[in-house]
Amino acid sequence: MEFDTITAISTPMGEGAIAIVRLSGSSAIAIADKIFRSPSEKSLFEQNSHTIHYGHLIDPKNGEVVEEVMLSLMKGPKTFTREDVIEINCHGGLVSVNRVLQLALINGARLAEPGEFTKRAFLNGRIDLSQAEAVMDLIRAKTDKAMNVALGQMEGRLSRLIATLRQALLETLAQVEVNIDYPEYDDVEEMTLPLMIDKCTWVSEEIDKLLLTSSQGKILREGLSTAIIGRPNVGKSSLLNSLIQENKAIVTDIAGTTRDIIEEYVNVRGVPLKLVDTAGIRETEDIVERIGVEKSRQVLKEADLILLVLNSAEKLTIEDRRLFEAIEGMDYIVIINKTDLPTEIEIDEVRKLSGHKRIVTTSLLEEQGVNELEEAIASLFFEGAIEATDLTYVSNARHISLLTLAKSTITDALEAAQNDVPVDMIQIDVTRTWEILGEITGDTVEESLIDQLFAQFCLGK
Amino acid sequence: MPKFEAGKFDVIVVGAGHAGVEAALAAAKMGAKTLVLTINLDMIAFMPCNPSIGGPAKGIVVREIDALGGAMGKVIDKTHIQMRMLNTGKGPAVRALRAQADKVLYQNEMKRLLEEQENLTIHQAVVEELLVEDDKIAGLVTQVGAVYRAETVVITTGTFLRGEIIIGDLKYSSGPNNQQPSIKLADSIRDLGFDLVRFKTGTPPRVNSKTIDYSKTEIQPGDDVPRAFSFETTEFIMDQLPCWLTYTSEVTHQIINDNLHLSPMYSGMIKGTGPRYCPSIEDKVVRFNDKPRHQIFLEPEGRNTREVYVQGLSTSLPEHVQRQLLASVPGLENAEMMRAGYAIEYDAMVPTQLWPTLETKKVKNLYTAGQINGTSGYEEAAGQGLMAGINAGLRALKKEEKVLSRSDAYIGVLIDDLVTKGTNEPYRLLTSRAEYRLLLRHDNADLRLLEIGYEIGLVPESRYSKFLEKKKRVEDELVRLRSTMIKPNEVTQDLIKSVAGSELKDGIRAADLLKRTEMNYDLVAQLSPSEVELSIEEKEQVEIQVKYEGYIDKSLQQVEKLKKMEDKKIPENIDYNAINGIATEAKQKLMQVRPLSIAQASRISGVNPADISILLIYIEQGKIAKISG
Repeated sequence: MEFDTITAISTPMGEGAIAIVRLSGSSAIAIADKIFRSPSEKSLFEQNSHTIHYGHLIDPKNGEVVEEVMLSLMKGPKTFTREDVIEINCHGGLVSVNRVLQLALINGARLAEPGEFTKRAFLNGRIDLSQAEAVMDLIRAKTDKAMNVALGQMEGRLSRLIATLRQALLETLAQVEVNIDYPEYDDVEEMTLPLMIDKCTWVSEEIDKLLLTSSQGKILREGLSTAIIGRPNVGKSSLLNSLIQENKAIVTDIAGTTRDIIEEYVNVRGVPLKLVDTAGIRETEDIVERIGVEKSRQVLKEADLILLVLNSAEKLTIEDRRLFEAIEGMDYIVIINKTDLPTEIEIDEVRKLSGHKRIVTTSLLEEQGVNELEEAIASLFFEGAIEATDLTYVSNARHISLLTLAKSTITDALEAAQNDVPVDMIQIDVTRTWEILGEITGDTVEESLIDQLFAQFCLGK
Repeated sequence: MPKFEAGKFDVIVVGAGHAGVEAALAAAKMGAKTLVLTINLDMIAFMPCNPSIGGPAKGIVVREIDALGGAMGKVIDKTHIQMRMLNTGKGPAVRALRAQADKVLYQNEMKRLLEEQENLTIHQAVVEELLVEDDKIAGLVTQVGAVYRAETVVITTGTFLRGEIIIGDLKYSSGPNNQQPSIKLADSIRDLGFDLVRFKTGTPPRVNSKTIDYSKTEIQPGDDVPRAFSFETTEFIMDQLPCWLTYTSEVTHQIINDNLHLSPMYSGMIKGTGPRYCPSIEDKVVRFNDKPRHQIFLEPEGRNTREVYVQGLSTSLPEHVQRQLLASVPGLENAEMMRAGYAIEYDAMVPTQLWPTLETKKVKNLYTAGQINGTSGYEEAAGQGLMAGINAGLRALKKEEKVLSRSDAYIGVLIDDLVTKGTNEPYRLLTSRAEYRLLLRHDNADLRLLEIGYEIGLVPESRYSKFLEKKKRVEDELVRLRSTMIKPNEVTQDLIKSVAGSELKDGIRAADLLKRTEMNYDLVAQLSPSEVELSIEEKEQVEIQVKYEGYIDKSLQQVEKLKKMEDKKIPENIDYNAINGIATEAKQKLMQVRPLSIAQASRISGVNPADISILLIYIEQGKIAKISG
């Protein structure tokens, strides 16, 4: 049997120094060959089966190096699924492993459904009969779970945005269909190429926005942007260090920025945090002092999460109050540090200032309270207190890969329209875009186009 | 009524409308001894509604029928009063031919075809009872007690099955156009355990052309180039009659609003489900009350009659209101109504009770086709009739049955939709129902289907060999254009400039040059002439295949995926209750539809991908068990 190529992260999320992204299917090698460069420049097709290769993953679009990896090449049928299989060993941690997965998805693989590798192994005769029931249970169980997640997301912002896009596409499609099926019907505007270009451009831009600014995508690609603030000597760098020590940080230079702004990624109980301006904290202990009030406000504004550190051993100062003002309306956690010293701070006052935000007390010196803080971060994230509609990793990757696909089909439509291709041909890519967006929200009702046709137009001959 | 044995046949077709005639002709041509029974011999291939054949999607069906060896295309080519190619400004996939028919000539021509057909017996009779033995059709009994025995039976009753005409508050038992309805047959079908539903359709009034003031209307002429549905037609009718366009007025809408309480649609008298794509004028006015006017097309019903069909004014309002309505339309102020419009309710089969061959699941060797299967439209009926006739014939002759897939033909889309999804309103083909419409074009119907027609025995050897020659010429020319380089010399550049194209920088393959928007086949042929002169159709074929190659390839890739899923067969005796994990709703649907392949199963609404996965594994499990056991 021949199937399309599927991919997934095969190692548990968020743990381990190494993660594995696996590809299986008839074009597994072709996809890997597109994104993998070995120092010898040799194509994977020329390599022997069951060999392992060192090299880099490259984004074929711009030639940018994404990761340094070890790649295992296993040709079917002597593999787990009996198909061609590629395993990419990359750095562990959400951000890097997701980049690798994205790259595979964008270059032609499809995200595997739950249990799909096992299913293929079975369908290709690799697993014996007794295991079949277990596979079925797996599919059913995971799908139900996925459906619950999907339902939860239905109310989300993303779903609403997608629904709007789909409705616009559907109306466009219906108009084209009416022009075709009822050519003499006079009351409907002919869907001309300029109109089509307008619609496609709009949809394409909206998808871009979704891809770029949606917190979902951003968090996945970049982590939850987190700023640690507080007066000098309240323990910001201790907090930073303890988060990093506990959570295997990856220190990265961000391309295109000056070297003195360093961002560090940590993985706190599955939540990817991008700690902003950690260099600032280390060197000067005060972000405001170092980059100025205005700029620090801007940094704060761009942050998804703020950790405000207060000194338990001192009374609240005017600076503390100013910081509260500066972060009003944002997602933050208050950390009252130095509980090892006698308490001087006005806890009730802090509660008043922070409204309903979480307050965690710590003694970073004695390593007290770090667990509670991590829990607070995780619950804030997973309970959806932070404005992100889609919090599960799988759906995230799925959404991004679908949005990327939608972007490419609507771009095809747009290019065709600009090249005077007849509208009913462009329709093919527009319909595809509409379907792909529907896969994100789980709406795939085929009849809806025809319903739209009859609801929108009064039809005769 | 005493019964008597009246004869034994391979195939009996009940009904001689658009489905029945195709079924009967196909079965007889294939060599099956065939009988066709009709309530009224003078109503063979009658058009009870609009006098036209073809249009988007439907016109392509007529081409497909012709490629498979059916009759509709050839008959309308001989009997039309006007022909137009629609959607010429759009892509090749949606171009479609439509003819205005001379209704009487069409009937006469079709009747003559039936009469002349070898192996075919025509008889006027009302069928009242189906004879079934061991869940297999054995024959049928007519009103006069005649018993006909047959291997297979095709039922094509159209709107005759318990038909009821409704005009205002008047309701009476009748087939279309006051024909005798078929009542006892409906009981017989129900008694066999079939689910029937009540559908409704309607037709507008007809007026006398001598009383129309055409000066207040716009002329709608036919094309002035020769057009034909059939690939074999060589004589073209260039003497055409025009249609005319006018509009409803504010007065029309006022009359409807004032008289809505008299409409059986709104009084609740009509219970059957009507089609959304062909709404009555009262429906249009109520649902789209912001529209100031609606189009009315005046279509002649033939050359030898003054009767004119008032397209767009379909209604079941009482006759006195219909008269007011006509008088409110510019051009029809003094028009004499010859027949009133009416609504008709009738029994239809729930089509999910059929296999994709159109054989019923309950009764072996019994087939249904046309409006009885919940469709509307002459072309939809004819397409089904042809396939039912083919399969009834093949079965009677003990040959393997034939099913067209969704990627083969609009007819395949139509039948698959019916038997897989069912329909809750009279079903009409629309181009948007076809996911591979770029492949299902007007121009390539022969390339898609003629081979099948030949294999079945409907396309004669002479036509087939001509077709093979055409096919080869097209293929050779495609190869030639894809391998021939055109040099950027002066002649080339001048020609490109003359059509406002951008000059060549380098040599280019002829096919790539043809892909440019401003180029066409003849221009490219000027630079790189073919050794063989191609016909207009062949040139068109080459041009389409080159110009839209990218899109065609995309569609073909999708079809490849579909084919793989179609190849995964579901055993007929599968027990869905024994499969753990399939959702309850999906189980019920699967048991009802009993899909033959995984592809068909995945098209059933309510069956989701997880159910399909489980089904796949279950089937594979059975196979492995068989191999190891």
